[in-house]
Amino acid sequence: MKVINCPLNGPRNAQEFICGGEVKRAPTGDDTDIRQWADYIFMEDNLRGVVQEWWCHVASGYWFIAERNTVSDTLLRTYPSEDLIVHPAKPGSGPEPEAEQ
Amino acid sequence: MSGADTKRLPDPWGKWIDRNRPIPFTFEGRRYTGYAGDTLASALFANGQLTISRSFKYHRPRGAFSFSGLDANSYVQVVDQPNVHADQLPLTDNLEAHAQNVWGSLQLDRGVAAGWLARFMPVGFYYRAFFRPRGIWQLWERLFRRSAGLGRISEKTLPGYTDKQYLFADVAVIGGGPAGLSAAITAARSGASVVLIDDAPELGGSLNYARFQRQPGEVDAIRTGLVDQVKRSANIRVLSNTTCTGWFADNWLSLHDNNRLFKLRAKQAIACTGSVEQPMVFRNNDLPGVLPASGAQRLMRLYGVRPGNCTAVVTANLEGYDIARDLVDAGLKLSVFIDMNRTPLDPGAWEWLKSRAIETLTGCTVKEAIAGPGMRSISGIIVDEIDVRTDSNGTSRRISCDTLISSVGYAPLAQLVCHAGGRLVYDEAVHSLRIDACPDNAYFAGSVNHRYQLESVLRDGESAGSVASKAAGYDAATPPGDQDDYAGDHTVNHPWPIFPHAKGKDFVDFDEDQTVADLQNAVADGFDHPELAKRYSTTGMGPSQGRLSSLNAMRIVQRFNNKVLNGTEVTTQRPPYKPVSFGLLAGRNFQPERLTPMHAWHLRQKATMMPAGLWQRPAFYGHPHEREEMIVAEITAARKKAGLIDVSTLGGIEVRGPDAAEFLNRMYTFAYRKQETGRIRYLLMTDDAGSLLDDGVACRLAEDYFYVTTTTTGSDSVYRSMLRRIAEWRLEVDIVNVTSAYAAMNVVGPKSREVVRQLESDIDFSRDAFPYLAGRQGRLCGAQVLAMRIGFVGELGYELHVPWSSALPIWEKLVRAGEKLGILPVGVEAQRILRLEKGHIIIGQDSDSLTFPGEAGLGWAVSHKKGYFVGGPAIAHMNQAPVSRQLTGFVLQDPEGPVPSECHLVLSGDKITGRVTSVAKSPTLGQVIGLAYVAPEQAISGADFEIKVKHGIRVKALAADLPFYDPDNLRQQL
Repeated sequence: MKVINCPLNGPRNAQEFICGGEVKRAPTGDDTDIRQWADYIFMEDNLRGVVQEWWCHVASGYWFIAERNTVSDTLLRTYPSEDLIVHPAKPGSGPEPEAEQ
Repeated sequence: MSGADTKRLPDPWGKWIDRNRPIPFTFEGRRYTGYAGDTLASALFANGQLTISRSFKYHRPRGAFSFSGLDANSYVQVVDQPNVHADQLPLTDNLEAHAQNVWGSLQLDRGVAAGWLARFMPVGFYYRAFFRPRGIWQLWERLFRRSAGLGRISEKTLPGYTDKQYLFADVAVIGGGPAGLSAAITAARSGASVVLIDDAPELGGSLNYARFQRQPGEVDAIRTGLVDQVKRSANIRVLSNTTCTGWFADNWLSLHDNNRLFKLRAKQAIACTGSVEQPMVFRNNDLPGVLPASGAQRLMRLYGVRPGNCTAVVTANLEGYDIARDLVDAGLKLSVFIDMNRTPLDPGAWEWLKSRAIETLTGCTVKEAIAGPGMRSISGIIVDEIDVRTDSNGTSRRISCDTLISSVGYAPLAQLVCHAGGRLVYDEAVHSLRIDACPDNAYFAGSVNHRYQLESVLRDGESAGSVASKAAGYDAATPPGDQDDYAGDHTVNHPWPIFPHAKGKDFVDFDEDQTVADLQNAVADGFDHPELAKRYSTTGMGPSQGRLSSLNAMRIVQRFNNKVLNGTEVTTQRPPYKPVSFGLLAGRNFQPERLTPMHAWHLRQKATMMPAGLWQRPAFYGHPHEREEMIVAEITAARKKAGLIDVSTLGGIEVRGPDAAEFLNRMYTFAYRKQETGRIRYLLMTDDAGSLLDDGVACRLAEDYFYVTTTTTGSDSVYRSMLRRIAEWRLEVDIVNVTSAYAAMNVVGPKSREVVRQLESDIDFSRDAFPYLAGRQGRLCGAQVLAMRIGFVGELGYELHVPWSSALPIWEKLVRAGEKLGILPVGVEAQRILRLEKGHIIIGQDSDSLTFPGEAGLGWAVSHKKGYFVGGPAIAHMNQAPVSRQLTGFVLQDPEGPVPSECHLVLSGDKITGRVTSVAKSPTLGQVIGLAYVAPEQAISGADFEIKVKHGIRVKALAADLPFYDPDNLRQQL
């Protein structure tokens, strides 16, 4: 079993982690074509080489970024997601209707 | 009792047995006696019982070969346990063992006829024969099932005790032979923590039985010195009788002894796994009485057993001279000593043997062993010059003997290195397989690295120990030597110890009864790659996994292919190195269970419990035979009077921070920014594709603080996906999973207010002060409480979330308070019917991975004006697309007729249009009600459709508006 170096917890057995898939950017803008959304939701690049992935240390619920070589299945680097996503997303400020039930 | 001593050699032969402790045992129903320290195989050999198994295909008699648990010839059945290596099984008092794969008896096996039919059973026979005519396989299969596989398992066997342990080491050393001992000592001296793994009962490996071209006393002294050093090292942990079966990524080693599986993580690991002596290929090379030199030496030195009374030795190396000296030292008769080399390899020893009137031959080989009675022994050998073909009128000659010992070479036991990522290729320089590439943090030393001279072996071990400890961060005192230099070592392998016979039975693989001709035919049939030939012929696929056959098989396949042998890679080695029992993998078989604080109370009320994820929940309160009436009583109480439901299993998550409302807005389909403090809203979660994931309620406790519930099984995954989204969105929000901090209970029914009000509280439960969908924080019976007025079952009701430790007293007080009002505890079965009557869907039962809110009638819970939320774009798209199915309520036309079950099909004519997802007899409504996916036109209120129930019967159902009960939702607002 592989050892994964969690930025929060240090080296731990791979069975304590789950992979959350490739890091990808959601489409932005209100008029985004549904095909762009479908591509974002269903398609993975499945690259041969070094990829950026989300990984989670399940016991502590900590999500981080790993750079993994998909050919050799080696983890080259792991780091906190803050290092990748530097700018906080601006909270939405659109109008909100009163919900009915 | 046949005298066990007649075959034993005197002291110091037999260093592992205790002659003062005779041990009785039985094999195949016959009684024998051995000694403490014997294995079953050595004790049987000492008693003259050479045959201990029958071969897989031809049912030929077989005896133990390697005497080290490396070949399948030694498999026996011990009571309920099949496939036990007799040559590794310690003899214990009154041990009872049986032979396997026997038709009739071990001595006289009817299956031997299969041997005479052999020419009708060519290689690949099973693949080519039994598939025509269609269906015939089923008949053949019955016969094959009987003859396939080895041993018997008993279904009555009680599971034994097995467990697991995690270990850590700076340096792991696999193998306790001379290389392993010196590697462990060197690494430990540098300060590294060392785990030394050895599959034998005593450390020392070959030092226990081999001569290394010396006097036996010298080898003993070296062994004692090394073992003492290991035992004195505080930082070496020795695991004896322990087998390493796999070497996985990042030096994760799986080890096991009899009842414990170890998972060892080592910073560095060294394979000192040694090598296994290879059989020579000639006619009848499989008969009992044909032994490799190392097997014979083990018999003599460890167990004091004579390999035979009149022995022939055939060799190509110095180790063959060693066994000849051993036989002479033990006073045993040598009928002939054959050196396959053209000139004697060790002229001194050669002369010494000659001087003892032993016949000596050079440049010759054994071409055939002559079978004794019943093929249970040999009576002689046919010897000829190496270059002469058997069928020519050559110089062949018969020599009488009862035992033949061969020493023609070894194959490295490099399986573990290959698991780790190493490559094993044929190298002409050593006429054997060599580790070509070794992964990081992995090393190998000793005979697995073709070191056979003792000094060289020890130096190689030291060198590996030194490199490994250095890599683990310790300074080794011994400088590492050159790992690739084996120039000074002697060669042990004959380049071609294969002598095919025109009449066959020249076995390459004992497990699968594969001969030279079988491999030749496999190549002729087109399976020309060693991997393909292996699979087609099954050579190397038996329990020994090619340990004794891979080397010769690849030599033969490459020759028949006219391909270059040098550099050929050996067939892939995969874990486990040796079979691992299921019991070891299963371990202690823990079944984790989660219990609510009211669990003991439920049991006292005779509740029938049911699992819900890891939780145990009361299904209903009563014995299983009271099921129907109890469920009706519980429902009636909840509808007419009061009911109490343990919902501690629901997930609870606290969401805090300036962006808390924005966060919920994006996580869930509804809108939460304008939700007032002290108010409750429904929560519906979808995934990116707009499919339903989870639901619950959110109570806003403050501007920046929500308490959120999830379904019982959803809490962990919802919490995890929230954490992911927070990291992605970088919102200022913090969440805590408080599922196990708070227990919860629902007090429901028209009398529930009267019940709750009897408890001491600072919360005003009156209708005006505490309206529907309000949440109130306060104290209840002295404990902190969050009370939420929700329509859980569609009646007036309060969901009370209280600290885990306060839950049971409050529950009991509620029961007491409700006693006179007719309160009953309500189980999961009644709760489901109550909620079905209200048309509440269960996510995961009434939805599948494609259900979007619109088709489940949850369109009202989706806000389209709040901006982006997870699943929002997909839902917006699907709302515009034509609907192919709709979740609808239905009632059965005939309430007395057959009742459908979940997943029964909904039909339109003969076309399948959907399926039933929930169904129940509603005591409240006196009807059978349910939910089903149907075609959109079938979902119009009053439309009728058919459901196909058991036995193909069709029942008629009518689409009904939801909810079935109290359509105006008045009762929950009382």
